[in-house]
Amino acid sequence: MADEITLNIDGQEVSVEPDTTLLDAAKQIGVDIPTICWHEATTANGLCRICVVEVEGQRTLQPSCIVKAGAGMQVQTRSERVIRARKTILEMLASTMDLSEAPEILSMMEEYGALAERFPEAERREIEVKDDNPMFLRDYEKCLLCWRCVQVCAEDAQYTYAINFSGRGYETEISTFFDGPLPATTCVFCGQCVGVCPTGALKPKREFLLEQGVSPEEISVMSSGRKKRRKR
Amino acid sequence: MIKPDRVVSTTCPYCGVGCNLQLHVKDETIFKVTSPFDAVVNQGNLCVKGRFGYDYVYHPKRVTIPLIRKSPQKPGERTQAFNRDEWREASWDEALDYVADRLVEIYNRDGSEAMAVYCCAKATNEDNYLLQKMFRALFRTNNVDHCTRLCHAGSVVALQQAIGSSAMSNTASEVIHNDVMIVTGTNTTENHPIIALQMKKAVREHGAKMIVVDPRRIELVDFAELWLPLKPGTNVPVFSAMAHVIVKEDLVNWDFVNERTEGIDEFIASLEKFTPEFAESISGVPADDIRVAARLYANAKNGAIYWGMGISQLSHGTASALALVHLAFLTGHIGRKGTGLNPLRGQNNVQGASDMGAMPYHYPGYMLVSDEENARKWETAWGVERGGLSRKLGLTTTEILSHAHPGGVRALYIMGENPMMSEPNLNETRNHMQNLEFLVAQDLFINESGAFADVFLPAVPFAEKDGTFTNTDRRVQRVRKAHEPRGDSRPDWQIICDLAQRIESRLGAAPVKWDYASPEEVLAEIGSIVPEYRGVTYERISETGLQVPVWDESHLGTPFLFAETFPRGRGRFIPLDYVPADERPDDEYPFILTTGRLLEHWHGGTMTRHSDLDKLYPEARVEIHPADAELHGVRDGMAVQVSSRRGEVVLRANVTEKTTVGVVFIPWHFHEAAANLLTNDALDPQAKIPEFKACAVQVFPAREDELPNADVKMERGRY
Repeated sequence: MADEITLNIDGQEVSVEPDTTLLDAAKQIGVDIPTICWHEATTANGLCRICVVEVEGQRTLQPSCIVKAGAGMQVQTRSERVIRARKTILEMLASTMDLSEAPEILSMMEEYGALAERFPEAERREIEVKDDNPMFLRDYEKCLLCWRCVQVCAEDAQYTYAINFSGRGYETEISTFFDGPLPATTCVFCGQCVGVCPTGALKPKREFLLEQGVSPEEISVMSSGRKKRRKR
Repeated sequence: MIKPDRVVSTTCPYCGVGCNLQLHVKDETIFKVTSPFDAVVNQGNLCVKGRFGYDYVYHPKRVTIPLIRKSPQKPGERTQAFNRDEWREASWDEALDYVADRLVEIYNRDGSEAMAVYCCAKATNEDNYLLQKMFRALFRTNNVDHCTRLCHAGSVVALQQAIGSSAMSNTASEVIHNDVMIVTGTNTTENHPIIALQMKKAVREHGAKMIVVDPRRIELVDFAELWLPLKPGTNVPVFSAMAHVIVKEDLVNWDFVNERTEGIDEFIASLEKFTPEFAESISGVPADDIRVAARLYANAKNGAIYWGMGISQLSHGTASALALVHLAFLTGHIGRKGTGLNPLRGQNNVQGASDMGAMPYHYPGYMLVSDEENARKWETAWGVERGGLSRKLGLTTTEILSHAHPGGVRALYIMGENPMMSEPNLNETRNHMQNLEFLVAQDLFINESGAFADVFLPAVPFAEKDGTFTNTDRRVQRVRKAHEPRGDSRPDWQIICDLAQRIESRLGAAPVKWDYASPEEVLAEIGSIVPEYRGVTYERISETGLQVPVWDESHLGTPFLFAETFPRGRGRFIPLDYVPADERPDDEYPFILTTGRLLEHWHGGTMTRHSDLDKLYPEARVEIHPADAELHGVRDGMAVQVSSRRGEVVLRANVTEKTTVGVVFIPWHFHEAAANLLTNDALDPQAKIPEFKACAVQVFPAREDELPNADVKMERGRY
């Protein structure tokens, strides 16, 4: 096509439609760029920066999930600088949060040789598990602030706006308005947020209870408080 | 972290959207539900019921062994037995032999008129096909119906009369191709949540304009260009006034009208009386808003209409739906992608159960039972002797119960339905249920209706059986077994086939096929006789469902209908008159009660009241407008008594602007304060659908201790 854009990724020429991201352009020629906050169902934000690539002539590394392909771009997806950045990002994540239920990130750490103990002085986030509704739990120690849950609660799916970021910097957390319990918010408990959570921070209550060793029978008994019938 | 033993792809058992689910199973228990993000129906999105509402499968009150009532029940004195100690456990052999004996005894004594069955819009196509086959082929009766009668019968009759086909004309995912949509009589965000997401997206991302026509200020009003808050039961004047404006302002699509429709002249003459001012005087909707709405819809490139029970559940439900059909005819907003007439079907498989002939006038594939050729076709297919099948139209859902008396219906078989919650005027329904001679319930729980039964046959939920559901946009999708049935419970299709063979041997009738190896074989039989299902096979719908009609094995299905022509040829304009609701408010009963559903619950509550969903919304509440509340001394959260000429309930008030002045709303899911004790059993003369959406009630403050469960309180920010 006439208006296709041609660029070079890792030494390979590739032609793409205008408005194609570097991530998608790379995918077209079989070059796999790792992602964490990116999800097929949400708007890309370039938050986690694991997908950064080196673009010749650019001072900083570029998040490939949002940067669009440009004519003549020379892109390196696995340069030494890129690898070092990804490794550091993973080490910083591991230093503050609980990645135990994020198998994809754990295997990424292995791939990049990232050391969980690289920053021993880092203050780990210690946040109590929020168990305020019958449907799912929120364990924000496992949250890496990818923003997917906020996005699907808003314009990427549900238009419900029950959750958003609160705080700044290290204090940043996903929260409700005034940190109120979920049932007090506009939440409809669709669980779109649970569906896109990459780290197990959001988890169906039933799954949580089974993990804790509660038997399915016990869980059922817990739920079976039937209200009394109307007498006639 | 739990590693699933397997992940099973299936279809959601709740509403008609038909979301694709993945059931994550560990140790024969579902612990999590997800949805694939490439699912064509729901793109990975689910609602609270689909994602979390499967736990009823494991509820300790689920019945998993056949039960027989300890004390024999007599007609007229039949009682409800909710406690298990009123029942004794039985083997399948004993229970099915007993059912076969009693049914055959009654049939041999009183004939086919005495037999009736409620099929089930929650069960699979295969289950429904087999159950209607059993009653038609063995008991020679067309007294076969299901809850479609209570939900979209008005729409079905209207569409049959005007078009000749009665399904959603377009695909739900085409919503984003609408530039103007009329959304009426449907609280889509709560009842078809995933279609509502597409509507919101169409408005916010694609610039579509939404016109909400509804007596309640539903959530979609926040997304609407225009809200026409009409009084319940005034659809015909409002939509006819829109037609009036379209004609008077010459916004008619004459090419479409001339090429595709008939009866326009008489229709235009009939519109003369429906001026916007006349409509305003009846409906309360400002005449100018009606004009704006008419212009918006008529001038749209792709206009579409989505409607729910607010149109059909009226004693003039057929006329209400016709008023919508006329708008599409006048403007030509039908037969193209992104347009259409779209009744949003309620249940997961109400479309399928209807397609399967779970109705008193039709065999599967909407073949009229009174047509000789159709009857012969099915006699040949089933191996019934010539002239054996009944040519007589059967009784509808509501009629089956009102005929429960000596000389009328004596035996009723209920698969998965709950008329003691879903029928109007429940005190009357109770009398009818008590008058039955023999009642079988095939279900998961002893619900309000099953409690009246002589025998309880424990069936399985969606997660324990194979089959197909047909969703609201006619997509036939697979239902897959995630784990073995609990206890001794059995899939419905197996129960039916086993019972049918026992009945057949008692009747000494010529053998009809009942020895199916699997539901797949049942669907193959359906496809061999019903042309619309001919091309649907389990193999073809393994990944993605196909939209019927699927004419043959290479046909790709039909995303939208009526591109070239209507099934009846030309679309037919049918002049309408305004007929008010059967019961209107007066000094004694000053409010109009309208009923409906909640996001967290499902219909009679058999499933969701046995789920943690009940914790999210544990009690019935009556919505009342702040102005009315003040006038009647009602405060938010306070106990009130709502009474009609037929019954009364006590429940908490929800003082909210979600309802309009003079209108109160009660959801009908809660047996503790069953809205249908109040509703009017007046029927639409053609569709036989009851008037659930409008009756007259009074509201008075009550004492806290009059509440059925005063300690239970719904505390949610959004309601």
